[in-house]
Amino acid sequence: MLAETSAISEEFLRQLTAVGEVDILVGIPTFNNRDTIERVVSAVQVGLTKYFHRERCVLINPDGGSTDGTPEIFKNASVEDFGMLLTSNPLRTFHRVTAPYHGIPGKETALRTLFTAADLLRAKACAVFSPDSLSVTPEWVDSLIRPIYREEYDFVAPVYQRQKFDGLLGRGLLSPVIASLYGRRVREPVGTELGVSGRLACHFLESDVWEEDLTTFGLEIWMTTTAIVDQFRLCESFLGPKVQAAKQFGQDVAGTVQQVVGALFRCLEMHESFWKTRDGSEALPMFGFQYKVALEPLRIGKKGVLDNFRSQLDQLVPILESILTPQTLLALRNIAQLTDRDFRFPDELWVKTIYEFAAAHHRSVINRDHLLRALPLLYRGWISSFILENQKADGARIDQRLETLGGEFDRWKSYLIDRWGADIGGER
Amino acid sequence: MKHLVLQSLDQTFGRFYGMVQQFLPHLLAMIIIVLAGWLVAIILKIIARRLFALARVNTLSEGSGITQILKKADLPPPLDLLSQLVFWVVWIAFILLGLDTLGIPELHLQISRLFLFLPQIFVALIVLFFGLLAANFFSRAALLSAVNANLPSARLVSGFVRFVIILLTIAMALEQLALAERTVLITFTITFGAIMLSLAIAFGVGGRTVAQTMLERIFPPPDAGKREEEKEKVEEIPPL
Repeated sequence: MLAETSAISEEFLRQLTAVGEVDILVGIPTFNNRDTIERVVSAVQVGLTKYFHRERCVLINPDGGSTDGTPEIFKNASVEDFGMLLTSNPLRTFHRVTAPYHGIPGKETALRTLFTAADLLRAKACAVFSPDSLSVTPEWVDSLIRPIYREEYDFVAPVYQRQKFDGLLGRGLLSPVIASLYGRRVREPVGTELGVSGRLACHFLESDVWEEDLTTFGLEIWMTTTAIVDQFRLCESFLGPKVQAAKQFGQDVAGTVQQVVGALFRCLEMHESFWKTRDGSEALPMFGFQYKVALEPLRIGKKGVLDNFRSQLDQLVPILESILTPQTLLALRNIAQLTDRDFRFPDELWVKTIYEFAAAHHRSVINRDHLLRALPLLYRGWISSFILENQKADGARIDQRLETLGGEFDRWKSYLIDRWGADIGGER
Repeated sequence: MKHLVLQSLDQTFGRFYGMVQQFLPHLLAMIIIVLAGWLVAIILKIIARRLFALARVNTLSEGSGITQILKKADLPPPLDLLSQLVFWVVWIAFILLGLDTLGIPELHLQISRLFLFLPQIFVALIVLFFGLLAANFFSRAALLSAVNANLPSARLVSGFVRFVIILLTIAMALEQLALAERTVLITFTITFGAIMLSLAIAFGVGGRTVAQTMLERIFPPPDAGKREEEKEKVEEIPPL
């Protein structure tokens, strides 16, 4: 047993001891989610009863100190009459544990608590659900747990149906970089839901990363890339449309870009010896029935975002000079001069920009936090171009376009390797 | 007459010879001290360089932005700079010690004063160095925040932050040197006060709408949440 029981509170430990060993553990970390938690708990409960009614299951709620009564709602949320929803009632006692966790409220502490609990309870499969998913269905439980419990996979990444311009940071940066460097095409490397085998949960617990600050969004990237590097079996599961409640932590786009990309760059450093010797990429096996529903289109203020890029790029030049090569910086300044109609951020330029940022981050050419805060503006420039270019394209066309972009990340991998150890100062 | 002149010359040369005889050992001692100092300084420079390299000073200074400041000022990298500093501090100390052996009372007095003043100069230099570092760090942070918040004239904001910190640093360094303390303090107070007052007037008169928007952001009216949500939905695309 690897679990450090100090990671969980006495009260939590007492409740876990009462549960005994389990087959499946489902975790729903919360922090002031009273409006949405009941629906998620009900969906999970129905899902477990429908698809895993013979297994010993536990539903765990590590709470970050909610003040709106979320833990009470979690405890009391129940499906009154399974007969109305299913043909049978659950065969085993359905355990439910809720307790505040130790440490700073955040996803990393919550996940550590869940993995510790999985280790203590010897769970074979774990699934984590976001407490503010509005589109969660009982089928998600099956999609996330079945590949682990029945097919012996170790890590299940979700695949959501998205509005065509939704989640572009993941689809236009994180996913292609991970595919090019780590050799696995993971469509949602920062999905809010995921499935993990008990074996992999223990492996994650062994890492020192919990003592570091990988931030709220960074942990998923670390888990995904670590599972790839350490040769665990990965797959994807289609969950359906992703609809989330309003932002919980007031996370802005700039902050999100900074955190997520920062975590990716940290992972590149950790796994340097792996990705430098890796070639090509392969798709992950896909589970779940794929379907499409009409999604409410996003209202996008393209003009504002593009104007922001144009007006602020020159202001940022003194900082970008330390990060980018003169050629890349010149190309960026040139595209900023283009008219709305002609504005395009070429794929090659986007790829080189990201790779130069990664290399500059590795060499710490300036304070890393400052370096990452210079990226959101360029991301805004890229999404403006992507939206302008694909305004009339449908979802399939967008996917094709993103595949082409992925190819460009593959093509320039050697450029990243060259820049990784280069001395920019020496070139000037 | 001739005899008197010769006697006078003989006495003068005798005195001069005596002085040279008395001075030469001191001069020789000074030269030996200076040369020995040079040797010690070189050895200490090599040792310091190795120690700084072991402490990964270059990597640390790149991360903290010191290397960039030095590059901009056409100065060598921190590792070279620090080892050179060690060399010069040690050698100058030996040179002053050597000069002191000459036994010239006025020079002795001045050297004693300089030695008393050295710690203050050293502290003032440290204050200046860290002040410039802080100015660079905070002006860059201000620039990035202003750019990400899409504020107009982000570089102006950043330049202002840099100017204020450098002003404060110079005032602190001069105060440390005890140079025209009151004048420096008064000048700093007047300059800083004038900048703040002019900013307040400019903001109040020219930016009433901006001020209102900022205040509304801090103390939102009851329906502001909904309006803000709508605005965000239009302006930003969910990145994840």
